[in-house]
Amino acid sequence: MSDVRIITGNEAAALAVKLARPGVIAAYPITPQTKLAEVLSEYVEKGELKAEYVRVESEHSSLTVCISASTVGARVFTATSSNGLLYMHEQLHWAAGSRVPVVMCCVNRGVGAPWSIFNDQQDSFSQRDTGWIQIYCRDNQEILDTVLQAYRIAEEVYLPVMVCYDGFVLSHTMMPVDVPDEALVGEFLPPYRPRTTLSPENPVTINPVFFASRRENAEGVLCDGYMEMRYKLQDALDRSRAAITAASDEWAKLSGRDHGGMLWEYRTGDADLLLTGMGSIATEATLAADALRAEGIRAGVVGIRVFRPFPREEAVRAFAQARAIAVFEKCISYGYEGGVCSDLKAAFYGTGMKAPIHNYIAGLGGRDVKTRELVEAARGTFAAAEAGEAGNRTIWLNCHTG
Amino acid sequence: MGKTDTNIAGICTPAPGEAGRTGEWRDARPVIDPAKCIPEVKGKPACFLCWLYCPEGVVTMTIPVVIDMEYCKGCGICAEECPPNAIQMVREAAIDE
Amino acid sequence: MHETIFKINEKEYILPGNRACQGCGLSLAYRYILKALRENTIVGIPPSCLCVLHGLYPTTSVIVPALNTTFAGNAASAAGMVAGLRALNKTDITVLALSGDGGTYDIGIQSLSGAAERNTDFIFACYDNEAYMNTGTQRSGATPLGALTTTTPVLTKQDPKKDFLKIMEAHHIPYLATVSPAYPIDLYDKFVKAKKIRGTRYIQIDTPCPPGWGYPTKDTVKIGKLAVETGLFILFEIEDGRFRFTGRSKTMAERGKLLPLVNYVERQGRFKKMSIEQLGTLQASVNSRWEECLKRAEG
Repeated sequence: MSDVRIITGNEAAALAVKLARPGVIAAYPITPQTKLAEVLSEYVEKGELKAEYVRVESEHSSLTVCISASTVGARVFTATSSNGLLYMHEQLHWAAGSRVPVVMCCVNRGVGAPWSIFNDQQDSFSQRDTGWIQIYCRDNQEILDTVLQAYRIAEEVYLPVMVCYDGFVLSHTMMPVDVPDEALVGEFLPPYRPRTTLSPENPVTINPVFFASRRENAEGVLCDGYMEMRYKLQDALDRSRAAITAASDEWAKLSGRDHGGMLWEYRTGDADLLLTGMGSIATEATLAADALRAEGIRAGVVGIRVFRPFPREEAVRAFAQARAIAVFEKCISYGYEGGVCSDLKAAFYGTGMKAPIHNYIAGLGGRDVKTRELVEAARGTFAAAEAGEAGNRTIWLNCHTG
Repeated sequence: MGKTDTNIAGICTPAPGEAGRTGEWRDARPVIDPAKCIPEVKGKPACFLCWLYCPEGVVTMTIPVVIDMEYCKGCGICAEECPPNAIQMVREAAIDE
Repeated sequence: MHETIFKINEKEYILPGNRACQGCGLSLAYRYILKALRENTIVGIPPSCLCVLHGLYPTTSVIVPALNTTFAGNAASAAGMVAGLRALNKTDITVLALSGDGGTYDIGIQSLSGAAERNTDFIFACYDNEAYMNTGTQRSGATPLGALTTTTPVLTKQDPKKDFLKIMEAHHIPYLATVSPAYPIDLYDKFVKAKKIRGTRYIQIDTPCPPGWGYPTKDTVKIGKLAVETGLFILFEIEDGRFRFTGRSKTMAERGKLLPLVNYVERQGRFKKMSIEQLGTLQASVNSRWEECLKRAEG
C-alpha cells in the first residue's frame, strides 16, 4: 500500500528515523541539516516518536552522546553538515574504533574557510579515512530507504554508517517519496542487539589505553595490541560489503525499490564512455548520458553509492569495457586530486585498464552544475580518448582558474 | 573469551595486579607495633585510621591489622597518620639484609 | 570521627596492584566515591590519571562498569549514558562523570556547562590536582597563582586559579559540594547523599598529588588537611541554593581561625618560586572568600 508524499530530503530522513524508532537522538542544528533536527524534535515533543532527545551544545557532544547511549544499549541517531561534521571529527574515529552502530545523516555542505552554506561533498569526503561506512543518496526516496538500510547494516556489522545527501539540492527540494508503513519496516529492521553492554552485572572498562604489543589477560589469553584491534575494524569494513548488498536486496524485495547496493549502473551495457559520481551529480549525469547518446556517443553512468568501503570489485567489473571515463566530484583531496578518481584508479591498477580517466572537480560551494556542462566535459573526455591522448587530467569545471 | 581475543572493541575485565606486583615499588614497608596499635591494645574495633587513609585499600580492618605486602606501595601515609605512632616505615634494604 | 568510620561500606571496588602513584590523592578519594555509590554505578572517564588507574587493555583495576571517552566530552558521554539508560527504562543506575581539572575547567567546560544547563541527571565530579598531571604536570586553569608547572617552569603561574565553583553555582543545579580525601567520611557522606538527588550534581575534590605538587608521598592527608585549615579549600555544600559549611570547615567557621597560608605553601616544591606578592595576593583572596562564606552561612 503506497503512501506517496511530496517532501524534502530532510523530511524524508526524519520520517525514516521515526520509523526506525531510535531510543536516543542528539543533534545540533546547522544549515542545511537544521530542518531535520527540528522535525525530529517536533515528533518527540508531540509524542509521535518516543525518544530521549538531547539538545546538545555542540556537534562534538552530539556524536559523543550517541556513542555512549549506543554503548549502554540504545539505538541512536544524529545528523550534521559541513563544519559541524568537522567539529565531531575526533568522535568519528572514536565511534568507529568503539564499533558502535551509530547512524548519522550528513547533509553535504562545503567547508570553511571561507564559509559556504551551499552544497558540495567536501565535508563527508574529508572523513573517509575514519572507518565509517559512507553511502551517498541520489534522491529523496533513496534517502528514506537508505536510512532504514543503514540501521540494519550498522547493527549487523557493528560499524557506524553515514548517510550522505546533497544540501539544498536534496535536503530542501521536494520530491515524491513513498513512505513505507511500520509493518514493512518491522519486517526489515530487527530490534537492536548490542554487542557490548555496560551494566553492573558485568563490570568492565571500555576503550582504555592499549599497548602496542599483545598482552595476556588474567586468564592467560593473549589479547590484542592496538594494531590488531584496528585490523579488526578494517576487516569488518571489508566484510560489510556483503551486509550492505544483502540489505539493499532485501529492501528491494520488500519495497520494490532497488537503489543498487554498492553501486548502480545506467545504460552501461554497451557504453564506450562512462560518467561517474556520487549523489545528485550522478543523477544529473544520467541526463547527460541520454544527451550524449542522442549525439551518437554510447554513454552510460556508474553511480558510486557506497564510497566506504570502496566498491573495488564492482567498479572493476562496471568500468571494464570503458574507452573513456569522466569522474565528476564535488570534493578534492587537496594537494592531489579528487578522491573518487584516485580510488577508482587504484582499483583499476593491474587490471589492464587503458581508458584515460578525467577528473572533473565540480560544484564546490554550491556552484550550479548544469547537465550541458557535464555533457560538454564528457564529450571532451571521449574526444581525447578517441584521439589517442593518453594520460589523466584534473579539470575544475566551470571555474575561473586564471 | 576462549583462547583468542574475540573482542571487537577494548573491553577490560577486572583483576588485581594490573600494574604488576606493586609491592616492588616500595623502598620502605610499614611495620605495625602491636603494643601500640589501638584496636590491638583495646581488643576491639577502634581507630583503624590506617585502613581509612590507605589509598590502595590494602590494609584490613581486622585485629591484628594486616597489610598486603604484595601490593602495598609503601607511600607511608598510614605511618604518618597513626595517632600512637604504632607504624614505622622500615627500609626494604634493611629487611633484606 | 572514630565511631562514624564503621558506617562506611566495607567493600573495596578498586583492586590493588593498580597504576596509581604511591600516596595518590585520587586513589584515596576514588576509594570512597565508589564505596558511597556502590555497584549500580557507571563511571565516565576522560584521558587522565583516572584512565591510567583503571588500567590498560586487557585488564582493569576497578570493579565497576566504566566507559572511556575523549578529553572534551566526559560530561556529554555521561549525558548519553543517562539518556540511553532512560530510553531502556534502566533508571536505577547512577552515572558518574569523573574528570580531572583539565577535563573540567579547560577542555571539558563546554560539554559540562551544556549538560548542567539541561539539568542532566548525573553526578559530575572533578578531581582537582591543579595541573595536567597524567601528562607530567602542565599548567591548567585550575593551577594556583605562583605554582611551578612544566609549562610555567620559570616564572610560575601568573594568573589566579579559575573560580570554577562560582561557574557551577551560576548553573543553579540542585547540588554542589566540595570534598577532600583528607576527610574521607565527609566525602563519603556527600556522595551517598548525592546519589539520591535527581538532576545535575557537581562535586569538586581537592586532590593532593605528590609528584605534581612536590611533597613526600606520606604527606597526602596532611597537605589535604592544611588546604582546609588555611581556608584555601572550603568544605561546603549548596543544596537548592542554600549554602552550608561541613566537616572541618564547619568547626573552623564556628570557633576557629584560618591557619596562615604559608603553612600550606612552604611544604610543596611547586611553590618554591612563589613571590611574597603572590602569596599576599593569594592570602587576601582566601581571606575575602572565607568572609563571604561566613556571611552566606549566617544568612
